[in-house]
Amino acid sequence: MSKYLVNLKINNMPIAVEEGTTILEAAKKLNFRIPTLCNHPDLTVAGNCRVCVVEVKGARLLAAACATPVSEGMEVFTNSEKVRVSRKHIVELLLSEHNADCTKCFKNGHCELQDLASEYRIGDHVFLDLVKPESLIQDISSPSIVKDDSKCIRCQRCVRTCAELQGVSALAVVNKGDHQKISTFLNKPMHEVVCTNCGQCINRCPTGALTERNYIEEVWNAIYDPSKFVVVQTAPATRIALGEDLGIPVGERVTGKMVASLKKLGFNKVLDTDFTADLTIMEEGTELLTRLKRALVDKDEKVVLPMMTSCSPGWIKFQEHMYSDMLDNLSTCKSPQQMFGAVAKTYYADKINIKAQDMVVVSIMPCVAKKFECERPEMRDSGYQDVDYVLTTRELAMMIKQAGIDFNKLSDEHYDSILGESSGAAVIFGASGGVMEAALRTAYEIVTGREVPFTNLNIQPVRGMEGIKDATIKIKNVKPEWSFLEGVDLHVAIAHGLANARQLMEKVRKGEAAYHFIEVMGCPGGCLGGGGQPIPTSPEIRKKRSEAIYQEDEDMPIRKSHENPEIVEIYKEFLGEPLSHKSHDLLHTHYKPRKRY
Amino acid sequence: MENNLKKVDIIFEVDDKCTPLEVLDKTLKRSADDIILDLIDSGLKGRGGAGFPTGLKWKFTRNETGDVKYVICNADEGEPGTFKDREILDRVPEKIFAGMTICGYVVGAKEGYIYLRGEYNFLLKNLMKKLEDFNNALKKRNIDFRIYFKSGSGAYVCGEESALFESMEGKRGEPRNKPPYPTVAGYNSKPTVINNVETLVYTTMICHMGPEKFKALGTSDSRGSKVFSVSGDTPIPGIYELELGMPLHEFVNEFGDGDTKAVQVGGASGHCVPRKKFNDTIIGFEGIPTGGSMMIFNSSRSMYNVLHDYLEFFTEESCGQCTPCRVGCQQLLKGIEAVKRGERPPAYLDDLKKLTGTMKIAAKCGLGQSVGNPFNSIIDNFREEIIY
Repeated sequence: MSKYLVNLKINNMPIAVEEGTTILEAAKKLNFRIPTLCNHPDLTVAGNCRVCVVEVKGARLLAAACATPVSEGMEVFTNSEKVRVSRKHIVELLLSEHNADCTKCFKNGHCELQDLASEYRIGDHVFLDLVKPESLIQDISSPSIVKDDSKCIRCQRCVRTCAELQGVSALAVVNKGDHQKISTFLNKPMHEVVCTNCGQCINRCPTGALTERNYIEEVWNAIYDPSKFVVVQTAPATRIALGEDLGIPVGERVTGKMVASLKKLGFNKVLDTDFTADLTIMEEGTELLTRLKRALVDKDEKVVLPMMTSCSPGWIKFQEHMYSDMLDNLSTCKSPQQMFGAVAKTYYADKINIKAQDMVVVSIMPCVAKKFECERPEMRDSGYQDVDYVLTTRELAMMIKQAGIDFNKLSDEHYDSILGESSGAAVIFGASGGVMEAALRTAYEIVTGREVPFTNLNIQPVRGMEGIKDATIKIKNVKPEWSFLEGVDLHVAIAHGLANARQLMEKVRKGEAAYHFIEVMGCPGGCLGGGGQPIPTSPEIRKKRSEAIYQEDEDMPIRKSHENPEIVEIYKEFLGEPLSHKSHDLLHTHYKPRKRY
Repeated sequence: MENNLKKVDIIFEVDDKCTPLEVLDKTLKRSADDIILDLIDSGLKGRGGAGFPTGLKWKFTRNETGDVKYVICNADEGEPGTFKDREILDRVPEKIFAGMTICGYVVGAKEGYIYLRGEYNFLLKNLMKKLEDFNNALKKRNIDFRIYFKSGSGAYVCGEESALFESMEGKRGEPRNKPPYPTVAGYNSKPTVINNVETLVYTTMICHMGPEKFKALGTSDSRGSKVFSVSGDTPIPGIYELELGMPLHEFVNEFGDGDTKAVQVGGASGHCVPRKKFNDTIIGFEGIPTGGSMMIFNSSRSMYNVLHDYLEFFTEESCGQCTPCRVGCQQLLKGIEAVKRGERPPAYLDDLKKLTGTMKIAAKCGLGQSVGNPFNSIIDNFREEIIY
């Protein structure tokens, strides 16, 4: 609190704010809303759209409220004649280079430019249409992300997202003047560049320039096709965010309503990715213990540590591009989504007597990289494409609206069984640190026979929104068969957001960090902040979602993956034991190096 | 016709009895505060066009704390119609080096950079040789200051000081938000003095001859002299150092071809003055300021074509980051084309003029802010040529 207070007036109302506060922030405190487009709470200030211009008494120029710090005695006007005229001009200019075919746009009704146009009652275009014919050709090369330059307003939120949050820079500004645009390396299509498909750019694009490849029609067709048996799985983080797109406040859990709505939509079975999250813990936890044993007991020099999680497909593709020398560090476990697909089309199909070729597996995911993941050629171990279609949380909300379901009034329903039972350890997969916590709950207990030494099983040191977290767990009084772990300090680290992952990887590569196990999630906050989650996103929103996830965990009767009865059963009846031959066939995979541009 | 136009010889003057290095030796014996006082007293304002008092700029930078500061010479001479810095760089580079060194001494900088326009790379061979000699001379004198070159890549906007810093740092040349200003956070976010080539030469020369002689030239608002680049419909195009504050008609009498219809003062981003206003137009900070470009047009020229060329230039050279400039320039260009073709009514020009009002106050940097200068002055004075 060593900062000075600065006194100023906004629209004649006095206010004192800390030095360094922007005009935009100060105005917000006085409840004056200044419109913005290029500004975003997760990103550095750009000040390039100029929609937020305000008048400062005595100044020759209007000031961009987002980029201008307050100063003593400043008198600001947020809606003077000059401001209104300029702001309207700027919105008109943006519209003149924007392909305003709003009714055909995926973002229709959720577009910040559309909102501004409507707010300023922009009717007939004053200015000439500048949309370039070549910009009308969409880039649909990626199975995850559609890039439509004709909708782009050059706010560069995507560019800053890709560089600052993700450290990827697949998208960048090219050319200048009237040829300036957002593009990729050598203008290559999205699927040929380093894009990890994380979709964080989609979450921050104010218009329809970046959207997910949507598969809503394909899923409806499957549902309506009587020859298909359509099962749906829902990822952990969908249940704490879906409500946001359906008029329910941020941070409210809608698990039961989501299940009910999926049943109403016509899915034959509503199952849970959380089940395979528990399965992942069994496989990945065992893989970690096996690697530790090989390293510590067998002194096997080929064993690679730290082991790194493999649930996040954005992170996996990032690693394949950027750190292809470290692919052996990745756990060979498929992600829970892909484990689900493989199990559904084998074990489950047999159980319910449906032919795998008649089964359609749909995923509801907080993620757009999952759309890419399900199309990877390695993901066909059932003999068919294990997961057929991936819908984002947002796409599910659209289907619910299309079906005329009054989501708010639905009564809670339960997942179908089997493949519907799960533990609290599975649901926290949706938050950064959750996979680590879930793995520790199980691995610690396997090794020592006791629960993890944390109050109420809540491993606080691995939770929270810090970019890189680390923790050390001392392993004591182990069971005889795990004696090689007696007294070992287990060092773990967690990163979320790929820019943080890059920092952590650099440390690991240089040998500056002696970790045993690392969890990385591609998106800020983990899956709860995924590229398929409701828009908008902000640190505040992600914090509320995170609280909801941990509350969901606490409310679950089972908190540990290995105690999930359906998990016990699948090993008994089908898989045998973790890392068994069958597990390897169905639940594990491999990775391939990719180019760095 | 009587003509009072005064030609001056300060910038290119070669005095064998007092070389730039000798001026430097003499000046570095004085206190930094004295030098600043002299510069402020001289009334020297930046010769790049914006006209910020040079002494104050140095003073602000000197007052900043911090070990690392920089002196940068803006040699990104990109304004259409300006070619004086090229000549200065070629003929009297030591005067620039000396000015930078004096500035380094005053503000406490140890490094100076000359940001050279990409198209001027042909000058480098000669310049590098002279710079090496100069740096060696500094070394011999135990002066802790070195000068380096950085080459631009040809973007007009990189002459804007903050875009220039971005370019020097290896980034895309895009202007920054202000504040902070360069004196606080410039190159590498350190306090930085950035001066035009010509300004730095004048600082050397003011240190040489004292502020009085400089102050005696020009007017109370526009002290001293300035190098002009004269081009267009003139029998004697070239570089001329003239006293500031001259009435435009005297300039036209000297340089025009007898059929002058208009003069574009200050390059593409400057103002177009029609014949009827020659008598009451002063060239200087009290009238129309200029970075030195004087383009003369005679009656054979179409002002539509002139404006069209300028707008094409800005449409291409806008960095593209801010809306008013990127889209505004395109709208102005396409707008006059539409009016010319009769696709929009003549009154559409007034809509466009209002748009330049927004560009002037809402664009992020001087580029977008000044496009209205040529647009409005040409539309207002030659409206019929635009429409018909």
